[in-house]
Amino acid sequence: MIAVYFKGLMHTFPLFLKGLWVTILVSGVSLLAGTLLGVICGILRTVKKWGISKIMGFYADYMRGVPFLVHIFIIYFILPEVGIQLDPFPAATIALTIYAGAYISEIVAAGILSVPKGQWEAATAYGLNPFQRLRYVIFPQAIRVILPPLVGEYVLLVKDSSIVSVIGLTDVTRVGWLTVQRIPEGLMVFGLVGILYFVVCYPMIHLSHYLEEKVSYESH
Amino acid sequence: MLEHFSFRVIGQYLPLFLKGLWATCWISGISIFFALIIGVVACGMRLSKNKFFQKLAGIYIESIRSTPLLAQLYFFYFGLPSLHVNLNEVQTGILALALNSGAYIAEIVRAGIVSIPHGQVEAATAYGLNYFQRMRYIILPQALGVTIPALLGQFIVLVKDSSLVSLISVLELTRAGQLMASERFMPAEGFFTVAAFYLLIYYILKYLSNWWQNRLIYMEGH
Repeated sequence: MIAVYFKGLMHTFPLFLKGLWVTILVSGVSLLAGTLLGVICGILRTVKKWGISKIMGFYADYMRGVPFLVHIFIIYFILPEVGIQLDPFPAATIALTIYAGAYISEIVAAGILSVPKGQWEAATAYGLNPFQRLRYVIFPQAIRVILPPLVGEYVLLVKDSSIVSVIGLTDVTRVGWLTVQRIPEGLMVFGLVGILYFVVCYPMIHLSHYLEEKVSYESH
Repeated sequence: MLEHFSFRVIGQYLPLFLKGLWATCWISGISIFFALIIGVVACGMRLSKNKFFQKLAGIYIESIRSTPLLAQLYFFYFGLPSLHVNLNEVQTGILALALNSGAYIAEIVRAGIVSIPHGQVEAATAYGLNYFQRMRYIILPQALGVTIPALLGQFIVLVKDSSLVSLISVLELTRAGQLMASERFMPAEGFFTVAAFYLLIYYILKYLSNWWQNRLIYMEGH
């Protein structure tokens, strides 16, 4: 019986690869957009004026406190009530972008704040405007603190993208869920799903560790 | 249509939400309890001199950290019956949550233990303490103090992750919101209420974490 199931599973393997492609696509797009959003919000978070950092703080807290599953239900089921109908793919991308943006903003803010205050003052004395200060003085130093946790956050993003399967996006988790209805061998089917995620995430985790070691080595 | 936001219906469903909140709390509580045990054991294995235990713990930690919780949950939910292990949905959920968090806790505890200067271990050995005494009286008390904020952070993640067990039809907070959304066609009321309850749990845990961190700083200063 197991052999029959295994054959059936091999038969559906192209579907798994398609699902993996959807996973990579949805997390890749949200990764880029989320990084952009996160960098902007992270910079805003360090602005100590007009309560901007408070608002950004609440944004980060909200995303840290509310499960991604609830978040995606809010985007997918509540936005239509105010007249915005979204297909699963854009809904998933937007949800993941906003979600990852919050975490990345905290990482970026921590990186910026790790640069000693004297650097800011020196850059100002040098006659640089705020944009130049960030671009040429602060970011090159902050990036060493930012990069390792940023890659770690990307791993979380890929893993969290599995949850978008609940709104009907056919990513690799949903392919597994559909397959298990026909091939009732959960260990085999989701073992395969797990292996496919592993192939993507494991190298990323190691990249993060490598960067971490490199940064701590260089600072010595 | 959000101008028709109905607090009256939320009031009607409040008992369901409270039931869900309670379920979320105790499922997370039991899961973190088992996760702590699994995490400390896995960490002990990883730091042990035995190569086999080291490898075993390494495989466990790496494979959990490289795959999503949802895939792990389905793995147990659809997979255990073919091994003739019959757990109900709640037990399956707790199993998946505890195993998932255990891997992260193992790494947190390891970071705490590694952060203790080696001189402490040497001094304890010179004092004539054996391995368990060293762990019990010297290493763990110091390691745990440093790791408690990180552990609370992991607990926050666990509470959020517990929302996934609603997908295998366990009645908890998220499921309560889903029920209200589908029975009354009121997704806004349902999911915003759920979000508010999760935020409540989050802020309590965050407050605890900050309080402990300040206490640590205070203790180190004195």
